Amino acid sequence: MEAERAYDRWRRDYDAAKLRRPSFATMSGIEVDPVYGTPDGEYPGVYPYTRGIHASMYRSRLWTMRMFAGFGTAVDTNRRFREIIAAGGTGLSTAFDMPTLLGLDSDDPMSLGEVGRCGVAIDSIDDVRDLFRDIDLSSITTSMTINSPAAIMLALFVAQAEEVGVARARLGGTLQNDILKEYQAQKEFVFPPRQSMRLVRDTIAFTAAEMPKWNSVSVSGYHIREAGSTAAEELAFTLANGFAYLELAREAGLGVDQVAPRLSFFFNAHIDFFEEIAKYRAARRIWATWLRNHYGATDERSWQLRFHTQTAGVSLTAQQPENNLARTAIEALAGVLGGTQSLHTNSMDEALALPSEKAARLALRTQQIIAHETNVANVADPLGGSWYVESLTDEMERQAESLFAELMDMGDGSMLEGCIRGIEQNWFQRHIAESAYQLERAFNRGERIIVGVNDFLDGNEAEDLELLRITNEDERKQMSRLATVRQRRDDDAVRRARERLATDAAVAEVNLMPALIDAARAEVTVGEMMSSLAGVFGRYVEVPVL
Amino acid sequence: MTVRVLVAKVGLDGHDRGIKVVARILRDAGMEVVYTGLFQTPESVAVAAIQEDVDVVGLSMLSGAHMTLAPLVVEALRQRDSSIPVVVGGIVPNNDVAELKAAGVAAIFGPGASDEEIVGSITSLVTPTE
Repeated sequence: MEAERAYDRWRRDYDAAKLRRPSFATMSGIEVDPVYGTPDGEYPGVYPYTRGIHASMYRSRLWTMRMFAGFGTAVDTNRRFREIIAAGGTGLSTAFDMPTLLGLDSDDPMSLGEVGRCGVAIDSIDDVRDLFRDIDLSSITTSMTINSPAAIMLALFVAQAEEVGVARARLGGTLQNDILKEYQAQKEFVFPPRQSMRLVRDTIAFTAAEMPKWNSVSVSGYHIREAGSTAAEELAFTLANGFAYLELAREAGLGVDQVAPRLSFFFNAHIDFFEEIAKYRAARRIWATWLRNHYGATDERSWQLRFHTQTAGVSLTAQQPENNLARTAIEALAGVLGGTQSLHTNSMDEALALPSEKAARLALRTQQIIAHETNVANVADPLGGSWYVESLTDEMERQAESLFAELMDMGDGSMLEGCIRGIEQNWFQRHIAESAYQLERAFNRGERIIVGVNDFLDGNEAEDLELLRITNEDERKQMSRLATVRQRRDDDAVRRARERLATDAAVAEVNLMPALIDAARAEVTVGEMMSSLAGVFGRYVEVPVL
Repeated sequence: MTVRVLVAKVGLDGHDRGIKVVARILRDAGMEVVYTGLFQTPESVAVAAIQEDVDVVGLSMLSGAHMTLAPLVVEALRQRDSSIPVVVGGIVPNNDVAELKAAGVAAIFGPGASDEEIVGSITSLVTPTE
């Protein structure tokens, strides 16, 4: 294999690839090559994939324009989903509200004021039915951004799809299910880390056996970066978490080549254009190298790091919000030049509220302009070979390797242990908080300019954007939906399903997915399933560091 | 006299970047800062503020629930005969500011508020005006 030059392998794969068009040229008619490089250099689609995971990259298929949406009740979000599909969106991504993300029902006292606010409220299978009404689940892929109750949401989704006649094996999509970064950054945890990891293990094993088109974990650096990390920390912590899930699956008896191709990644696209591109290139190279050399993967698909990108929410400003269109376009372009497989572009009003319909459409249009007008998708890794970008790529890799070494030390040679102990000892949390603080200081000293915030302030008038308002009306509507379910369901079936859940949870070797799917069918609520599990697993309380 | 501030996250909002950064900024300005950790209730914040004998309570709210939860924190303090001022930082649209102030919130720091503004405002809240 090593005997074959990367160029020859690339040429062979490229020639065999199906392309979107017979030829690709600049606006002025200059024909361009699919990739540029030296005969002995690296090529896309060839190990270690620095330049992309496919030989023909976007010449065969553009990235998936996957827009994240969710608010109010399932009926409201279903309407937005169908608008996205009608506007040319090619994948769905579900945002859940805070109570759902923390496994609480809408009528829980802690849910007050949060129901349907940051995303859609899902209490039971009844809501999932409305969420995907009139959407063909066998033809569109669905991403579910949820972590602590991820196994429960997967169970609800499988149960609902089977109700409408779509077998679980035909379901394509992604469960975020990345619990490690919850403790590190996003902070939507419920159970203690080790108990949470058992649920992750169960979903990995279940999807490996029964859902061949499903990505079990979307290992997410996005939230780590939003919480304040540097680009290199985002890169290192995310890949380390990915390695940890591989080791977890290995403990459950699954081979690395069974699991690795089902892990996908999710990175931030922040505003430092070249640094972001270097980060994506380094991510692919590191993953390929570690999978092959450290974890012994032999399937090429295991070496290929696939990722989703979202532009940086934290880079958006409430001041002069239209400026956010420019920021998002630049960030999205970095994701595309970095070879992303799918992309979400934020809306310009998101420093103020959830996106309005108009703002969400503009965000999608930004991607379509990049895809169809700029011609940047014609050439793979167009910045490969730039001395600057190559040097930054190497530096990203060097910094990540040094953080991996610390984690491996902490875990006595195990990345899984290193990540869990790193959480328990607040190592990740301290790193992220320190980087966030340093950025803030640079901003306050005026070393970092944010247009419209600490410079170029003309035009900072009162907001005149039409914002999406979530009213308490949605909360009341959702409570009444839930009350109807509680009233009509078979209480005996609910009790039996919850008893089985507790029994199965108590035995570490048992996979919890079948019991969760049964509970979903019996209309057990998300909050009830979580509290049955919490009775066995306990709940996590973070000791915060400042 | 050293100004003592309790910074708190109420409800389900897990975004803790801002509160940690602000806590350090207040410390840099010479204040003593107590952080409650995540997932507090209005009652638990009021009890902690009184027990810790702080001068100001700072709430960090980024999930959109500020209109429901911030007034409840003020109310929980007043029910316990405490006059400790409550300030709110985070994503608060301009349209909500008047209503929050009417509900007894002493100051609101939106996105992009500077260190000086936050420190200055808290300092003036604890300085006797007469």
